[in-house]
Amino acid sequence: MGYSDKVRNVLQNELQGIEDAGIFKKERFIHSLQAADIEVEFPLGSSLKKVINMCSNNYLGLSSHQEVIKAAHDGLNHRGYGMSSVRFICGTQDIHRELENRVTEFLGTEDTILFPSCMDANTGVFEAFMTKEDVMISDRLVHASIIDGIRLSPALRDTFKHSNMKHLESKLQLHADRRLKVVITDGVFSMDGDTAKLDEMVALCEKYDAMLFVDDSHSSGFIGKTGRGTHEKYNVIGKIDIITTTFGKALGGASGGCVSGRKEIVEMCRQKARPYLFSNTMAPVVVSGVLKVFDLIRGNTERRDKLEENANFWRKGLSDAGFVLKDGDTPIVPVMLFNAKLAQDFSRDLYDEGIYAIGFFFPVVPKAQARIRTQISAGHEIHHLEKALKAFIKIGKKYNILGKTKKEIIAMYGR
Amino acid sequence: MEEYRKVILEYVIEEYLEDEDEELEYDSPLISGGIVDSFSMVSLKRFLETKYKINLPDDRATEETFDTVNSIVELVTEFVNKK
Repeated sequence: MGYSDKVRNVLQNELQGIEDAGIFKKERFIHSLQAADIEVEFPLGSSLKKVINMCSNNYLGLSSHQEVIKAAHDGLNHRGYGMSSVRFICGTQDIHRELENRVTEFLGTEDTILFPSCMDANTGVFEAFMTKEDVMISDRLVHASIIDGIRLSPALRDTFKHSNMKHLESKLQLHADRRLKVVITDGVFSMDGDTAKLDEMVALCEKYDAMLFVDDSHSSGFIGKTGRGTHEKYNVIGKIDIITTTFGKALGGASGGCVSGRKEIVEMCRQKARPYLFSNTMAPVVVSGVLKVFDLIRGNTERRDKLEENANFWRKGLSDAGFVLKDGDTPIVPVMLFNAKLAQDFSRDLYDEGIYAIGFFFPVVPKAQARIRTQISAGHEIHHLEKALKAFIKIGKKYNILGKTKKEIIAMYGR
Repeated sequence: MEEYRKVILEYVIEEYLEDEDEELEYDSPLISGGIVDSFSMVSLKRFLETKYKINLPDDRATEETFDTVNSIVELVTEFVNKK
């Protein structure tokens, strides 16, 4: 055994460094279903506290939906618990292909391939079809899983300023000589809640013969008139070459993800994407649940409409109260506090008031951009949001930040 | 040297800073400080090569060398002097 005291000390020091930096993550144990009202044990060993969840990705409120749970039970009974295999050996059931076809139809693409998660989809897709003759040009705020995917690909890497089309165009010109060019963006940016300008990006990509990749994990199911995603919002369905998305957020919230888009790219993933080839197939029980989610949202926009109303109510409430928010029109509403300690203190005070919302700070978001990220769900009722708003205002007053500008908050608490 | 420092600092501000309130010094950590992401070093490298008509080998254009304007200037000076 090579786990000597010396090795243990090295790692303990590393962990202590994380604690000292104030970025040590402690998990909170939820003793209930995922929903707007949850019961939480935090800190470990304390009695359960009923709180309103303002930070889940359960956008459509389907994570604990009775019909989804029943469909998962049926799937468990008819297709079993596990497949004990990757897809290409003996891990593909009829329902896997059925789900791929349903996603293709929903997103308006050519074909789809399932992955164990969207993290896996993002880490596998670029390496599957790009070479060192190619270039990947990504928005500077794309999700960490995309960054890992870019790292794993041998293609040249470059970035453009967040949502800055002029800068993107200059990069497309700079790399015009590359064999394949892929422009990479999130559909909805998870930390800021804004959307990529997909109409302008499609036009630029057509002009410079580049493909467009969109991670729509924080939009599939609810952005756009019928919830298909940011490509629906910007009226560019059929023009996004690669869409990745997750079933772990609005679409049931369990797990799983996919690459959906041009059929050649999907086929390259089936042949070469390592997270697809070397990890287990999606569990039948999860596939069955996701199929039911698509049944529920096809032709029925009730949930995404309610989500939109809730999000508008919440954003307006915070804005009227005098908080500094990030601009956007999605259910992700970041309340800007700028200072890391203030974000942590604010989150702790919210919890004391029965509101569960987490502070984010560097390195998860850029320095001096600390915030509380709130996320709205169709599972929230107005009374949830009113109670949460009351708590935010109370604590906002405590720290004297209501009606204050960014500069004023930074002057009081530092960057 | 001073001229290089000015030009490179200006480029980094224009190319990488999103926040107009942010301040940047000649010895501000660019990559380790989260200002320049390592993926977009390629733009900075291409800019230096084109501007100063030099060729910076990959093993010298590292994240460490590109971490401050001062260290970039040292590298550029070395290669300009070799011409």
